[in-house]
Amino acid sequence: MSELTVPEEHEHHPFLQHHFEDLGQQHEASTLGMWFFLTTEILFFGGVLCAYWIYRVTYPQAWALGAAQQNTLYGGINTLVLIVSSLTMALAVRNAQLGRRGGQMVMLILTGIFGCTFLVIKGIEYHMHYGEGLLVGRWWHWNEVPELAPKVQLFMTFYWGMTGLHALHMVIGVGLLIWIFWRAARGHFGPEYYGPVEVMGLYWHFVDIVWIFLFPFLYLIHGVHHHG
Amino acid sequence: MAEPSHEQAHEHTPHVHVTSMAVYLGVFFALAAGTLLTWWVSTIDLGWANTPIALLIATIKAVLVILFFMHVIHSTRLTWVVVIGAFLWLGVLFVLTFADYLTRVWSLY
Repeated sequence: MSELTVPEEHEHHPFLQHHFEDLGQQHEASTLGMWFFLTTEILFFGGVLCAYWIYRVTYPQAWALGAAQQNTLYGGINTLVLIVSSLTMALAVRNAQLGRRGGQMVMLILTGIFGCTFLVIKGIEYHMHYGEGLLVGRWWHWNEVPELAPKVQLFMTFYWGMTGLHALHMVIGVGLLIWIFWRAARGHFGPEYYGPVEVMGLYWHFVDIVWIFLFPFLYLIHGVHHHG
Repeated sequence: MAEPSHEQAHEHTPHVHVTSMAVYLGVFFALAAGTLLTWWVSTIDLGWANTPIALLIATIKAVLVILFFMHVIHSTRLTWVVVIGAFLWLGVLFVLTFADYLTRVWSLY
């Protein structure tokens, strides 16, 4: 008797799309699809990183000098903020798996708060760079080492581009978090169905990984900090 | 946190693997330690070794996030193929590009 009722139970789940056999298959398909998307993201950031390394190898002194203009304290704190946000994101998924609505909501809010904290600290850094004439183009007036200044400007072009693309991903991530929170608050997620929270987590952790590489690449280049 | 509903979740949906708090916290502390380590190492002059060490620490951190936070360690083989494939293509991008740029000795001067 029980063998007959078990498969029926799953087919009535409101979030099971008709083209999937069951919720397990739907979950597999959505996480696999997200990994395909993340593959394109890995290669997208990978292309920028590749260009960065070409110029880092070509102009090692200017790259070290550019990194020396960064505030490692702000960068380090922001790295820790993102790691904490990844932990709370992972715990949001865990709470969804365990069917704890309150825990999910708390963890999603914390993730959003840490994400916004990162963006605020990044904004403070951007403001400082602007004041020091490190914004590229017509705003550029940094000239501490005149011989290397154009190449340091190239480093800063990568800095603004890479951190800007990363920050854009963070802003999109916070937007997605609001949507997932809205659904979590309505009790959409539980042990049978938590795919959207899992996929949200995959995106958030990916953005964290990008920063894990950007921090040493843009802030911590050990080298000749002064020309000569 | 209490874990009574842990087994319940397993009972109703066999495909759900709930990672334990100990694993999540362990990975978190490893990532935080890696961040402090990469900052500390960068303040010491190790010559050519600074860059490979920074790359190694960042790679270990990324692998920890992918395996545990992104649950790849409990994923299907198909997911493994896609994830490894992604980094394989990234490797092709870097290896072929630098096979060119690093061997252009004449352009360095």
